Amino acid sequence: MNKSRIRVLLAKPGLDGHDRGAKVVARALRDAGMEVIYTGIRQTPEMIVEAAIQEDVNVVGLSILSGAHLELFPPIIEGLRKKGREDALVIAGGIIPEDDIPTLQQMGVKAVFGPGISTEDIISFIQKEITQHSAC
Amino acid sequence: MANKTKQEWRETTLAPALKRAAERQEKFETSSGVEIDTVYTPEDLPDFDYIRDLGYPGEYPFTRGVQSNMYRGRIWTIRQYAGFGTAEETNQRYLYLLEQGQTGLSIAFDLPTQIGYDSDHPLARGEVGKVGVAIDSLRDMEILFQGIPLDKVSTSMTINATAPILLAMYIALGKKQGVKPTELNGTTQNDILKEYIARGTHIFPPRPSMRLATDIFAYCAKQVPRWNTISISGYHIREAGSTAAQEIGFTLANGIAYVQAAIDAGLDVDTFAPRLSFFFNSHINFFEEIAKFRAARRLWAKIMRERFGAKDSRSWMLRFHSQTAGCSLTAPQPHNNIVRTAIEALAATLGGTQSLHTNSFDEAYAPPSEEAVTIAVRTQQILAYENGIADVVDPLGGSYYIEHLTDSLEKEAGEYITKIDNLGGAVAAIEQGYQQREIQDSSYRYQKEIEGGKRTVVGVNKFVSPYPKIVGLLRVKPEVEKRQKERTAQVRKDRNNSNVHKALKRLEDVARSKDNTMPAFLECVEAYATLGEICDVLRKIFSTQKEFLVF
Repeated sequence: MNKSRIRVLLAKPGLDGHDRGAKVVARALRDAGMEVIYTGIRQTPEMIVEAAIQEDVNVVGLSILSGAHLELFPPIIEGLRKKGREDALVIAGGIIPEDDIPTLQQMGVKAVFGPGISTEDIISFIQKEITQHSAC
Repeated sequence: MANKTKQEWRETTLAPALKRAAERQEKFETSSGVEIDTVYTPEDLPDFDYIRDLGYPGEYPFTRGVQSNMYRGRIWTIRQYAGFGTAEETNQRYLYLLEQGQTGLSIAFDLPTQIGYDSDHPLARGEVGKVGVAIDSLRDMEILFQGIPLDKVSTSMTINATAPILLAMYIALGKKQGVKPTELNGTTQNDILKEYIARGTHIFPPRPSMRLATDIFAYCAKQVPRWNTISISGYHIREAGSTAAQEIGFTLANGIAYVQAAIDAGLDVDTFAPRLSFFFNSHINFFEEIAKFRAARRLWAKIMRERFGAKDSRSWMLRFHSQTAGCSLTAPQPHNNIVRTAIEALAATLGGTQSLHTNSFDEAYAPPSEEAVTIAVRTQQILAYENGIADVVDPLGGSYYIEHLTDSLEKEAGEYITKIDNLGGAVAAIEQGYQQREIQDSSYRYQKEIEGGKRTVVGVNKFVSPYPKIVGLLRVKPEVEKRQKERTAQVRKDRNNSNVHKALKRLEDVARSKDNTMPAFLECVEAYATLGEICDVLRKIFSTQKEFLVF
């Protein structure tokens, strides 16, 4: 596991077309040596779970700016659990009010990266989490 | 001394100064990486010809503005993009904004409305009323405009793939209020090409989409003559990360595609071109933005007169709405956004905008609260009435720097248009992913510049300090979705369903033919067919379109 590259699924749940952030993060993670699969826009929770299983990823990154995160994240996390992939690191980014972050963390979202965050922070967070995980 | 050249000055005065103390940056650049000189002089405008390059305001090539006296006659339209929850809540916000002195309405629709799904569709889950107001049927529009007579306001609608349906609802609502289509004022964004490039609310493939767009041109030319049939938008292209030159190059290339499509559909250019309008971003680089607006006006005037042979001077005029840059807002230290927005709004007015939206300081978190939007409206009123900005036309015209930047942006944008022409036009270039790839490269470079410290964002990568959390953010409650679904269910129960089926069948026949689709849309909405039902018919005939370039 340590030797293989970290595999990341970046997905855009819901209907919003704002993909600037997702694409910038996809490119930055790729430049940092990770294997990145970006789904494109308008993905349903079911499509995202399916892609995460198919691509056998370590990380699922969800980018959303429409405000539908409280409705769309639970079926994704539930779907991963049902397929036995509760070990996947789920992180999120986009326009997410601070008040919602504790709720999302309780659901199992490990971190929320809002506007202004540096891609370096996302990269080091993923690297740290995945290394710790595979060391156990 | 009198004939001293810039080069001589560089050697005798600048060089020794630079030897004593280096500049703060190795290089100063525009958003597209063109180097900016220390100072600009007449030498930078060697071929400058006042009448040819600038002319007088209200005259070709309109560099100085589309009206002869600009804001001395009437201030630009203060038009805040607004909508959330159901029609009732948004109606209250509109009445509030009008009370604060806003002079035009601008409807933000939620994503299901933009993508052609009713609020009870499974794909609408969680999205109803979130980024805009939910409109499923004419009933919702009636509520949205309660107490707002349509002959007294102008209304802009950010609606693209479903533009003909919302326009039909607006015309039908006018009729119900006793306002004739000829008295309606407003704009449908109706710009599908930038959806494929940057915004992502397309439904159908380009060809049927272009037909729906030009059907609006043809219909309005006769029936709704004061309507701005399209708002060809660079705003979202810039928000997606393009440079200023790409913003106007790609937008005008899209404009060329629409004009060509309408001509190919048999329309005379001067019948529809005067109703074309544009929408640009007013970003953070102050002078570059002012020059961008001027360059876009001059370039479009030349395109319409020389490339398309338009004869009516109104066909040459690039009229535009502008919005301050959403992507320049920061989540940290959010009150700084008020200052950023004021400076961006100033650039738009110095660039000669016809209408303006100023962002609210809390928009990196949520749609604006009432307090935040009031400050945004007041910002425009301060610019309009306190600072003397609106008292003279194009005050920066003749500045060596502004004229040099205007020339340089026009040239860069013209090169993008040539490149797109060579790829087969805007639609073909989009299908090849050209504009999308260019924008991705620019946005990645921009992000790297922030992270590398080359680009300063106050409160984000410099001058970072703790800041208080904003209180009173606007939240759209989950009950909204429930209430909206109930209303649509009620509409389906109350209407005459055989009329609905008849109207949908007629739409299907018209869509399969070459006839103008607008009358059939009008018949559907007047029978209270829902937006989702109408789009289902079109999806069946036209099929749907995925993103052209994912990554």
